[in-house]
Amino acid sequence: MMPLAALDWHSVFFLLFAALACACAVAVVLAENVVRMALYLVFSLGATAGLFFLAGAEFVGAMQLMIYVGGTLVLLVFGVMLTAQAPFVSIKTAPGDRVLAGVIGAALLAVLLQSAFSVADWRKPAVGREGEPAATPLGMALLGTRVDEAPAGAPPGIRSGYLLPFEIVSVHLLVVLVGAAYLARAKRRRTPRPIEVAASMEPPASLAAHAAAGRESARGGSVLAGGPR
Amino acid sequence: MAPFAPPLFASLLTEPVGVVHYLVVGAILFTSGVVCMAMKRNALGVLMGIELVLNGANVNFVAFSSPYLQADGAKSLGLDGQAIALFVILLAAAEAAVALAITLNFYNNHATVDVDRADDLKG
Repeated sequence: MMPLAALDWHSVFFLLFAALACACAVAVVLAENVVRMALYLVFSLGATAGLFFLAGAEFVGAMQLMIYVGGTLVLLVFGVMLTAQAPFVSIKTAPGDRVLAGVIGAALLAVLLQSAFSVADWRKPAVGREGEPAATPLGMALLGTRVDEAPAGAPPGIRSGYLLPFEIVSVHLLVVLVGAAYLARAKRRRTPRPIEVAASMEPPASLAAHAAAGRESARGGSVLAGGPR
Repeated sequence: MAPFAPPLFASLLTEPVGVVHYLVVGAILFTSGVVCMAMKRNALGVLMGIELVLNGANVNFVAFSSPYLQADGAKSLGLDGQAIALFVILLAAAEAAVALAITLNFYNNHATVDVDRADDLKG
């Protein structure tokens, strides 16, 4: 057994979160049941938030948990629940398509891994520099002012903040949510409901006319008499 | 070092992780997402694939911006990588909202979420 003192706990937790994220991502692909896919996706994205914390990006990790896992995935799970009629919970993929997707996925993974290992700078062991808390510099950068240190090797000069992208993203989010609410709104019924028919009718001039109208509608099988719509 | 532990795994446990470890995780997430998008017939499964792809890209951005993972003298994205990762998360939220609305609309009109049935515009 390896002595505990020799372990790098940062690496141990990295392996834990990385294995969880990758295994759950593969499970999303392999699962047939859409509810299970949503569950695996929650675990995968949560483990990725753990990886962000380990990389020193604590603000991004917190946002990942709050927006992605807490917001986007809840939205997705609601979508699953709204459409999860029995025949659609698991829609089978043809076996030939599975084989083809596996081959293409393996080829893509080979290319990506080859390019990831091809740069010498990325393969060198990390020196483990201490980072500063990123929340305040990020907030200031979103307001257009940079208070963080320039990274090593960056060209000198004024660095721009993110005020304009921040505004664009916020307006984009507003437009998108209004559009989503418009797209997903309840449809207007083609046949008016009885209460609407009653409200749109002229008030009867006399009691006799009212009775005649009632008899008429009963014979004609109108909406008010409970006939076919 | 334990005699039965394979050397690669042992070095993973005792040496600090670098950028390339995060890149491998990002590559696996990205590939899973692409395969999920291409293979699933459920529209919500395709959406989950998109989330996985964006998440894999985010892992790479955070890895390149992290001071802990940099080798000596390697170039880093600094804070820019984290800011881009935040924007990606926000845009993913917006994309999920619209895509879910479209999926619900499709479900209302066609009574199915099978993307193979979405062939009304087929020429």
